Amino acid sequence: MEKSNPKLKLAVYWASACGGCCVSVLDVHEKLYDILSAADLVFWPIALDTKYHDVEEMPDKNIDITLFNGAVRNSENEKMARLLREKSKILVAYGSCAHLGGIPGLANFSTKEDILRRIYSECESVINPEGKTPLPEFEVDEGILDIPEFYNDVRALSQVTDVDYFIPGCPPQTERLLEVFNLIVAGAELPPKGSVIGAENKTQCDECIRKRTENKRIKKFYRPWEINDDGVTCFLEQGVLCMGPVTRAGCGYRCIKGNAPCRGCYGPLTGVTDPGAKMMAAIAGVVDEKDPEEIRKILDDVVDPAGLFYRFSLPVSLIRRKIE
Amino acid sequence: MKRITIDPITRLEGHGKIEIFLNDEGEVNNVYFQVPELRGFEKFCEGRPVEELPAITAKICGVCPGCHHMASGKAVDAVFGVEPPPTAKKLRELFYMAHFIHSHTAHFYALAAPDFVLGPHAPAAKRNIVGLIEKVGREIGTEVIKQRRFAQEIQALLGGHQTFVVMNIPGGVRRGLSEMERDDIVEKAKGFVGFAQFSLKIFEDFVLNNKEYVDLIINGPYSLKLHSMGLVDANNKVNFYDGKVRVVDTEGKELCKYSPTEYLDYVAEHVEPWSYLKFPFLKKIGWKGFIDGQASGVYHATPLSRLNVADGMATPLAQIEYERMYNTLGGKPAHVTLAMHWARLIELLYSAERLLELAMDPDITGTELRAKLGAIPGEGVGIVEAQRGTLTHHYWTDEKGIVTKANIIVGTTNNNAAICMSIKKAAQGLIKKGTEVTDGVLNMIEMAFRAYDPCFSCATHSLPGKMPMILEIRSADGELLERIKRG
Repeated sequence: MEKSNPKLKLAVYWASACGGCCVSVLDVHEKLYDILSAADLVFWPIALDTKYHDVEEMPDKNIDITLFNGAVRNSENEKMARLLREKSKILVAYGSCAHLGGIPGLANFSTKEDILRRIYSECESVINPEGKTPLPEFEVDEGILDIPEFYNDVRALSQVTDVDYFIPGCPPQTERLLEVFNLIVAGAELPPKGSVIGAENKTQCDECIRKRTENKRIKKFYRPWEINDDGVTCFLEQGVLCMGPVTRAGCGYRCIKGNAPCRGCYGPLTGVTDPGAKMMAAIAGVVDEKDPEEIRKILDDVVDPAGLFYRFSLPVSLIRRKIE
Repeated sequence: MKRITIDPITRLEGHGKIEIFLNDEGEVNNVYFQVPELRGFEKFCEGRPVEELPAITAKICGVCPGCHHMASGKAVDAVFGVEPPPTAKKLRELFYMAHFIHSHTAHFYALAAPDFVLGPHAPAAKRNIVGLIEKVGREIGTEVIKQRRFAQEIQALLGGHQTFVVMNIPGGVRRGLSEMERDDIVEKAKGFVGFAQFSLKIFEDFVLNNKEYVDLIINGPYSLKLHSMGLVDANNKVNFYDGKVRVVDTEGKELCKYSPTEYLDYVAEHVEPWSYLKFPFLKKIGWKGFIDGQASGVYHATPLSRLNVADGMATPLAQIEYERMYNTLGGKPAHVTLAMHWARLIELLYSAERLLELAMDPDITGTELRAKLGAIPGEGVGIVEAQRGTLTHHYWTDEKGIVTKANIIVGTTNNNAAICMSIKKAAQGLIKKGTEVTDGVLNMIEMAFRAYDPCFSCATHSLPGKMPMILEIRSADGELLERIKRG
């Protein structure tokens, strides 16, 4: 019999997520048949009816690999992160939100109270004269209803529990997922714990499909709609901010192919502690000016630098939060 | 009082939970559908340059990101006071038809069809896409995957990536189509039309030719008399990308027809402390609670409501199917929840026909892709039809185009109250005194919900294996009385 190896037990879970990571798994298209012949999916709320109880009842380390996507935004997300850590041999932070906090992590520019007030009181379409706000526990006629507690901070998975590997991207490129999956199925030796896998250890710029002249310097930064992009030249050299210099490669240059600058979803390279500071240095490097005062003026044209430099990584960055 | 908790609700976009309260006779007293998550996009869009919002807000949903990208792109155009040139507009709509084809295809085959082709009482482990393929043959399964892949490829071509696209820029699009690319899309679109017709044929063979199902659709515990909402073009035909929002009442009479900028006059949102998701309602009627009927402020925004509000479909083959559906259902508007599946397939055919029309349009390979921006940015609203309902984005910016406020009413949110009531009605119809709560009964309660939820269809039911579900029946003080396991 060819079935000498037992099938892998695979779980996919979403915490505070959009579902795009789950769709990236589905986008294996026809290769789905190959995955199903090598692995059994034991928990995947988007596709299967396995409930939390079923996971709780599993023995520890029962699941071979869990792809955990989404950030940790509320008490349920945190509980599931800890539970799946216990039940999984390999816990993978899958996608930008689990890896770095992701787009929902931008909420760390605000407080919990700011967010709840905006959503349930201030939004122009809301009619809420009694000032109701969702509560973790609320008594109705029939009993007490509960919903998870909304935390003040969004956290990445590694800020809540021990993570074995990180697969970056918003969402991860499906081809990269398949490469990783095939390696595991083949029984290949895995990289050291804590590694970023399914991506490269070089920057987007290293092999960018756009042309760079190296000596081109700019005098002004533009918003994307202020220029007529030629579709060929490096965005930075056209004066449009692109996160390529500080972002890990592996996404297939998909935004660049769509004629949009990189926004950094694959995160910084290993060893970079503050991509914001590094990005500031990178953009200062393309400015055609020596006088620090003039450089400062040019850099003032950069709108919302914090929201750009930490677009996907605010929760794991050094600034972490809104600076009051 | 007994209490049944289903947590989490699975096979839905995002997180959900159902609490069913039974009275001492074992009949359903009340049901709560709770949404336990919130991310707060409206708040953290503040401070961002408005041109970044089509990419940022797409991350609201990874299954229908294209809808947010389009509604946001239109809101951003409005902020800058511009209309994209014809080529850009048509490219956006072309992309959007591919987005609908990906979503509607996946929903029908991966989510809806197993309940009908295999039957609501089929074993749970079989009642999924793999069981479906076993029954209808792997050839069809492979064809479905291929057609969905083609739709994803068209989106990736125009938007850089199939999920998180970067197509829109203020006043237009970032990339045009070459003649060669267009020819490829034309071929794919012709295939989509045939595929949509084939899908309707499957629906006819397995559902409409089965008396039991037709009876379930029309007479089962799955109907709610609600007002209907949907986007229509200048001729009151269904359109997903552009037009005015029309609302008809439970009798089919027009209640209002509004432009995007007027939405605040017609729609408002109610808040309940037991759910993070708000409950939109028709403002002129007001929030009357979780009731259906003509006096209620609750509406639905689904494939069926879109067909209910329209005078017909804008493409010929879809129009024939539209007439056929209403003839079978006994006229317009229809209020049978399960007919949403049928309406969705008619929309699939429309999307395919419309995609083909757009791909053959001479403008589609034009090179004027962006309008000139002149005005100082300010305020703008963009509305499209998402697969699961009317989607509204509203932004305010300072004079530099930095967002000061954002308000978003998402497709599925429109249906929050309707979903609550549909689940309750199905539970009340199916769980009576002495009812044995079998797997089939549970699945039939879920079918009430499933009809609304095209979004996470892409992945739903797509994998084999056991699909157990645990139901815990507790006393009011939380003591576990009984546990029912299926699968």
